Amino acid sequence: MNGLVWALSGAIVAAALAGCGSAYGVGMAGQAASGVVTEDPSKFAKVLLLQLLPGTQGIYGLLVAFVTLSRIGILGGGGNDIALTTGLLILAACLPTGIVGLISGIYQGKTAAASIGIVAKKPDQFAKAMLFPAMVETYAILALLVTVLCLFSIPV
Amino acid sequence: MAVEQMRKISICALKKHRKTVLERLQELGWVEICLEPEETEAFPRTDTAGARNAFQKRMHLADQALEILDRYAPEKKPMLHSLEGKPLLEGSIYDHVAVNRSEYSRTANTLIQLDQELQTQRTNVQKMKLQIEEMQPWMKLDVPMIRPGTKRCDFFVGTLPAPYTEKEVRSFLSEENETLSLYTIQILSAARDGTYLAVICMKEETKELECALRNHGFARPSQLLDQPPEEKRKQLEQRIRDAKESIAGLEKQIRELQGEREHLRLMSDYYRVRTEKYEVLGQLPQTRAAFALAGYVPAKVAGPLAAELTERFAASVDVERIPEEEQSPVLLHNNTFARSGEGVLASFGLPKKDELDPTGIMTVFYVFLFGLMLSDAAYGAIISSACGAAILKFPRMEESLKKSLQLFFWCGLSTLFWGIMFGGYFGDALDVIAKTFFGVSLPEGQSVIPALWFVPLNDPMRLLMYSLLFGCIHLFTGLGIKGYLCIKNKDFMAFLCDVVFWFLLILGLLLILIPSSMFASMFGLEVTFPAFVHVLAKGMAIGGALGILLFAGRRRKNQWGIRLALGAYDLYNITGWLSDLLSYSRLLALGLATGVIASVVNQMGSMMGRSIPGILLFAVVFLVGHTFNLAINLLGAYVHTCRLQYVEFFGKFYEGGGKEFTPFRSNTKYVDIKGGK
Repeated sequence: MNGLVWALSGAIVAAALAGCGSAYGVGMAGQAASGVVTEDPSKFAKVLLLQLLPGTQGIYGLLVAFVTLSRIGILGGGGNDIALTTGLLILAACLPTGIVGLISGIYQGKTAAASIGIVAKKPDQFAKAMLFPAMVETYAILALLVTVLCLFSIPV
Repeated sequence: MAVEQMRKISICALKKHRKTVLERLQELGWVEICLEPEETEAFPRTDTAGARNAFQKRMHLADQALEILDRYAPEKKPMLHSLEGKPLLEGSIYDHVAVNRSEYSRTANTLIQLDQELQTQRTNVQKMKLQIEEMQPWMKLDVPMIRPGTKRCDFFVGTLPAPYTEKEVRSFLSEENETLSLYTIQILSAARDGTYLAVICMKEETKELECALRNHGFARPSQLLDQPPEEKRKQLEQRIRDAKESIAGLEKQIRELQGEREHLRLMSDYYRVRTEKYEVLGQLPQTRAAFALAGYVPAKVAGPLAAELTERFAASVDVERIPEEEQSPVLLHNNTFARSGEGVLASFGLPKKDELDPTGIMTVFYVFLFGLMLSDAAYGAIISSACGAAILKFPRMEESLKKSLQLFFWCGLSTLFWGIMFGGYFGDALDVIAKTFFGVSLPEGQSVIPALWFVPLNDPMRLLMYSLLFGCIHLFTGLGIKGYLCIKNKDFMAFLCDVVFWFLLILGLLLILIPSSMFASMFGLEVTFPAFVHVLAKGMAIGGALGILLFAGRRRKNQWGIRLALGAYDLYNITGWLSDLLSYSRLLALGLATGVIASVVNQMGSMMGRSIPGILLFAVVFLVGHTFNLAINLLGAYVHTCRLQYVEFFGKFYEGGGKEFTPFRSNTKYVDIKGGK
C-alpha cells in the first residue's frame, strides 16, 4: 500500500510543478501582451497566441498526472495495491515533466514576452516571433516523452 | 515549385504621357519600379510634394469622415465579415471618382463639421452639469449672491471649511469679538466638506464680522451668481435639454449620411492611389520633353507590356535579362497545392538568387507532419470542413488568409488520415459513449472502430521509431536538395564533400545501429541483415567519416594541420544530426498529448454514468473540453511543424533572405479594383 502514496505524489509533482511553471510563464507573457493591446487592440489575436505558448507545460503535467492516476487505478476508484519499489519508480518517472515543466515554463514565458515585443514593433514577423518560445518548449516535450515512455514501461 | 523569372525593363517616353503611363502601370501592377535615390543635375525632377500633401490630406479627410460614420452609425457586420475581403470595383478608380470627387469631399467636410459641433455641444452639457453640481449647496438661497445690501445693511455669502450649526457659528463669533451683535446668519447647508452660509449685518460691523469669520476659514465664493440659485438651475437644465436635443438632431444628421459611406471609401482609396502615383512621379528622372523609368517585371508579361507601351504611348521599351551579380526581387509561382505553403515559407524568408524555391516539398512535409502531430480523425474533419466552407463561401478573401486556410484544409485532411490510422475519433469518445450509455462491454484494448494501423498509446515505442524514420526521410530530403543545388551550380567537390560523405556516414551509422542489441531492446524489434550489409555499413560509415575529415577543410589547400582540425570539427556535427533526428520525437509526444487529453475529457464527461444529468454533463464537458483540446493542440501542431521545417529541414540546405517582389500598383484599403487587364 505504501507504493500508492509515492505513485500519487509523482502525479501531483508533475501536475503541480509544471502547472506552476506555466502559470508563471503565461502570466508574464500576459503582462507584456496587455501592454501591446493598450497601444494597438488589433494585435489581440496575435499576442494571445504568443501568450498561450508557455501554457503547454501545465497541460503536459495534467497529461502525466492523468496517465499515472489511470495506471495506478485511482481514477477507477480505490487504487491498486502497489509495491514500494513500483511507487518510487513512478515518482521518479514523473519528475522530468515536473521539474523541466517548471523551469521551461518560466523561461518560455520570458521568451514569449520578448516575442510579444517583436509583434508590437514588427507585426509581419509574427511567425519568427512564435518560433523563439517554441524552441524552449522542445525540452518540455523531451521531458514529457521520457516520462511517458517510463510510465508505460513500468509494470504495475 | 519555382521562382518566377524576372526581367529588367526600361521605359522612356514623352513627358506628356507621364501620368497616363504611370496610371496604366499602376492599374496593371506588374512592374516593381526602381527609383534612383539621388537627384542628378542632368535630370531634374518634378516637385510633387505639394500635390502629394494635398492628396494625403483629402485621404485623411475621408478616413476621418468614415470614422465618424462608424461611431454614430456603426455598420452591421456579419460574424465572419473579416473573411469576406474587399468589394470589387470594375474599371479604373480614376474614372469612378474623378467626376464626383469634389462632391465627396464636401460630404466628408460636412460630416467633420457636424462632428465638431456635436463635440462642442457635448462639452457644453458637461460644463453645465458641473455648474449645477457646484450650485447644489446654495440651493436654499432665494436671492442672487451679488445682491447689494440696503441702506444700512450688508449682505454677503461664503463658506466655512467645516460643518457648523448656526449656534456654533454664533458662539465662536461672540468669542472672537464680543461687540458683534447686529447680524443674522442663515446656514444654507452644512456637510463634511464645509458650511455654506448667508450673512446680513449692519454696514458698520461688516468688516469686523467678516474678519471674525475669516479667522475660522471663511471665504467668499469665487463665482457669484447673479440669479437666485434655484432659478439659475432651472435655466441651466433648460439649456441642457436644448443641447441634448440638438445633439440628437446632429446625430440624426450624421446617420442620414451613412449612405455616403461607399463614396467616402472610394474617395479615400482614390486619393491613396493618387498619392502613390505622385510619389513615383516626383522621383522620375526626366528631361524637358521625355522621362525614363526602370524596374523589374515578370518575364511572362514583359513582352505584352512592352508591346502595349510602345503602341499606345510611342514609348521606347527595353527588356533585358537581369545581370548575374544583381539580386532580383522574388515572386513565387506554385501550383494550387504548393501555393498554400507560401505563407509559411515567406515568414522564414524568400529564396535568394541561386536558391531553389522549396515551397512544394516543404508543403508536402508540412501537411504530413502536421497530421501526425494532431492525429485525430474528428478534429481533422472539423478543421478541413471549416476551412473548406470558408474558402467556398468567401471566394474574395484576402490572398494571404486564403493561403493559410488552404494549408489548414490540407492539414485537416492529413489529420483525418492519421486519425483513422491511429483510431482516434475525439480521442476514445466512441468507446466511452458505447461503454457508458449503451452498456457495450469491450474487452481491454479493443475499440468500437479499431485503428487501421496501431494505437500509439498502447505501443508508444513503435510510434517513436516511425517518428524518427519520418525524421530521417525529412532530413535526407533536405540533404538531397542541397546535393541537387551543388550539381546545378556545377560545384561537384561540394556535392561530394558536403552531401555524399555525410549521406554515407549517417546511413552507415544507421545500418550499424539497427541490427544492434540496443536497438532491439529499445524498440522490441530484432532486425538481422545479411553479412555483406554489415561490411557495407561499416565501410560507408568509415568512408564517410574519413572523407569529411580530409575534405571538409579543403579550402585550406596546403595547411594540412588546420585542414585536419577543420575536418574533425566538421565531423563533430554528427551530434547536430543526432539532435535534429531526436527532435522528431515531438511527433510522438504531441500525438500522445492530443489523444490523452481527449480521453481525459471523455472520462470526465462520463463520470455521472447513464442518466439524464449524466448525458447532459457529458454533452457540456464534451463540447467545452474538445474545443479547448482542439485549439491548444492546433496551436502546438502549427508551431512545432513550423519549427521542424525551419530548423531541421531548412538547416540542411536553405538560407532565404530574398527580397519580395513589390510591384507598383493600386494599394487600396477599402475596395479591390478590377482594372482592364
